[in-house]
Amino acid sequence: MLSVWAISRLVAGKDLRVEWRSRVVSNQVVPFAALMMVMFAFALDSDTVLKRVAPGLVWLAAMFSLLVIVQRAFAVETADGALDALRVAGVRSAGIFLGKALALAAQLAVLELILLGAAIVLYNTHIVGSGIALLVCTYLTATVGLSFVGTLYGGLAAGAKGRETLLPLLMLPVAAPVLIGATRATEAALGTAGATTSDGWPWIGLLALFAVAFGVGGTLAFGSLIDE
Amino acid sequence: MKRTPLRPGPTSTRFTRALGVATILGLGWLAVFGLLISPDDVLQGSYARLLYVHVPSAWLAYLAFGVTGLASAAYLWPRTRSLQWDRIAGASAEVGVLFMAITLVSGSLWGKVTWGTYWTWDSRLTTTAFLFVTYIGYLAVRDLGGSHDQRARRSGVLALLALLEVPLVHFSVKWWRPLHQSETIERGGLKGLMLFSFFVGMVTFTLLYVWLVMHRQRLIALNDIVDDRGLDRALAERRNEVES
Amino acid sequence: MEPVVELVDVVAVLGAFPALAGATLTVARSEIVLLRGPNGAGKTSLLRLCAGLLAVERGTATVLGVDLVRDRTAVRPRVGLLGHSNGLYADLTVADNVRFWGATVGASTDEVQAAMGRMGLTDRLADVSVSKLSAGQRRRTALACLIARRAELWLLDEPHAGLDAAGRDELDTTLRAAAAAGATVIVASHELERAGSLATRVVQVVGGQVR
Repeated sequence: MLSVWAISRLVAGKDLRVEWRSRVVSNQVVPFAALMMVMFAFALDSDTVLKRVAPGLVWLAAMFSLLVIVQRAFAVETADGALDALRVAGVRSAGIFLGKALALAAQLAVLELILLGAAIVLYNTHIVGSGIALLVCTYLTATVGLSFVGTLYGGLAAGAKGRETLLPLLMLPVAAPVLIGATRATEAALGTAGATTSDGWPWIGLLALFAVAFGVGGTLAFGSLIDE
Repeated sequence: MKRTPLRPGPTSTRFTRALGVATILGLGWLAVFGLLISPDDVLQGSYARLLYVHVPSAWLAYLAFGVTGLASAAYLWPRTRSLQWDRIAGASAEVGVLFMAITLVSGSLWGKVTWGTYWTWDSRLTTTAFLFVTYIGYLAVRDLGGSHDQRARRSGVLALLALLEVPLVHFSVKWWRPLHQSETIERGGLKGLMLFSFFVGMVTFTLLYVWLVMHRQRLIALNDIVDDRGLDRALAERRNEVES
Repeated sequence: MEPVVELVDVVAVLGAFPALAGATLTVARSEIVLLRGPNGAGKTSLLRLCAGLLAVERGTATVLGVDLVRDRTAVRPRVGLLGHSNGLYADLTVADNVRFWGATVGASTDEVQAAMGRMGLTDRLADVSVSKLSAGQRRRTALACLIARRAELWLLDEPHAGLDAAGRDELDTTLRAAAAAGATVIVASHELERAGSLATRVVQVVGGQVR
């Protein structure tokens, strides 16, 4: 039997190849995310306010986009019974979990970069040199954590009728610490509202803890959640 | 997994009836004392009475979720696996959600009167709200259908993940809003009759919790029996239609 | 020799409905068994049970030596199920799909090529996206995935549906070759013509039971 790591690489490669061929995330979700950033500006209607809350808006848009990407990631599996087939193949569920989370993280990372770009363009956000290390760490830890949570609850919500609407209800409360932590750390990295980088590093600790907790929890729990 | 034989019957026994009577007496005392006899608080006036409901509710809600978590773990652990744990977990979660709602509403009212706001973003309150929403999701997942084992496994995993979440939510909110108003009524400030009634309230609510959970999980057990019996009947029907 | 499939009085449920109401079936190695019966009889459920996808509510079930009551996931790597869906990734090419499924059991490039060859998926077809294939070609791709996975027990649910006459004959040849090579095949179909030409044995599935 293949090792869990080999299976994850296989599944991640397959997921990314599917995205490469179908371009759903790049052609549909990215515009959606950019659109959200524009709608925020319509709703908040004040340049000073937007600049102040830009970090929060970036991560909000990221989380709502995550919902869409996760739905898509599992729709690919359930469309032609592939998830069933993966289970029939006896592929170890820990491998499926890690593989899908890996692919999700890659797509999410690209999306978040684009969102940051949108904030720079639309909300007049500036990147400070001293905050770059913090910013990068925030992105990495938050993205990994969100990918684990998304894959886990996406697996639960996939498949049978009536479950797609459960995904936001289940996932968003659980992802709340990431929203809080990533936003605060990003504010510290960008120097928004007087925050300094030293304020941001404790949050990285929380984000890392979150990522580890759900990485381990997800690896153990994914199998029972997708099994019928 | 063996099917545990369940005898259908009324959900009350002598023990639960005695428990019920004790609970009613306790609640009666609490109502009489809380609304009539107890003195007004120096600072908060009559509104302090809300705490006689709010604090025990909060205690009960957290107890309920703790029990749900433990029962879920007991089910998922192969050596102690039994659907009984699943039924307890589900019953406890339902009662917990109910009292969580009471806690949030009573706390919100109390906050409006004493601090002037319905809501404040302190870690305790926000973690409570988080748990509330999470367990509504938990109950939704329990209703997804499938066999009893599937229900138990899915919701059990969810309950454990929620437990894992709680410290993460608590700390993230605590760091986020470090300055929050501390409780203005400390336990030490309650004396004599007030303290005694407070204690009675805690005990009574705990009895109420036990009574509710016992009845609810027996009801779940009866529902499960109906499912199983339904299967027997459906099997018989299916076989009969083939013969004819 | 030990039978590949041994079901005794198996009950399986879909929600509250007993899809299998006491099914008994024994299948030996290299047999090609045809399950016949009307819609709703339980043929699909029987196949899914043997694949370890459906839980055994009552009775005993042993497939490829694995006790399905105790641990039905253990049988899955060795079984190939081709149901109403194909288990393919529509956005990927034929070659991508077969390579992926072969890789789940560590198949080499040669094995993957051989599998595609046996199903007539030549160079031309190999790089076509699955979404652009006809039903018959998709079915062949799914079978190639099965072969690449070295499945010992083939469970096929209405595999002839949507194929023309030539396609059906090709399928039968493939199945006979697989059985000759040591695999065991169970096919669910409600087509009468197949009985003589393909199967070594025909069983009736009615009302969730096997006759």
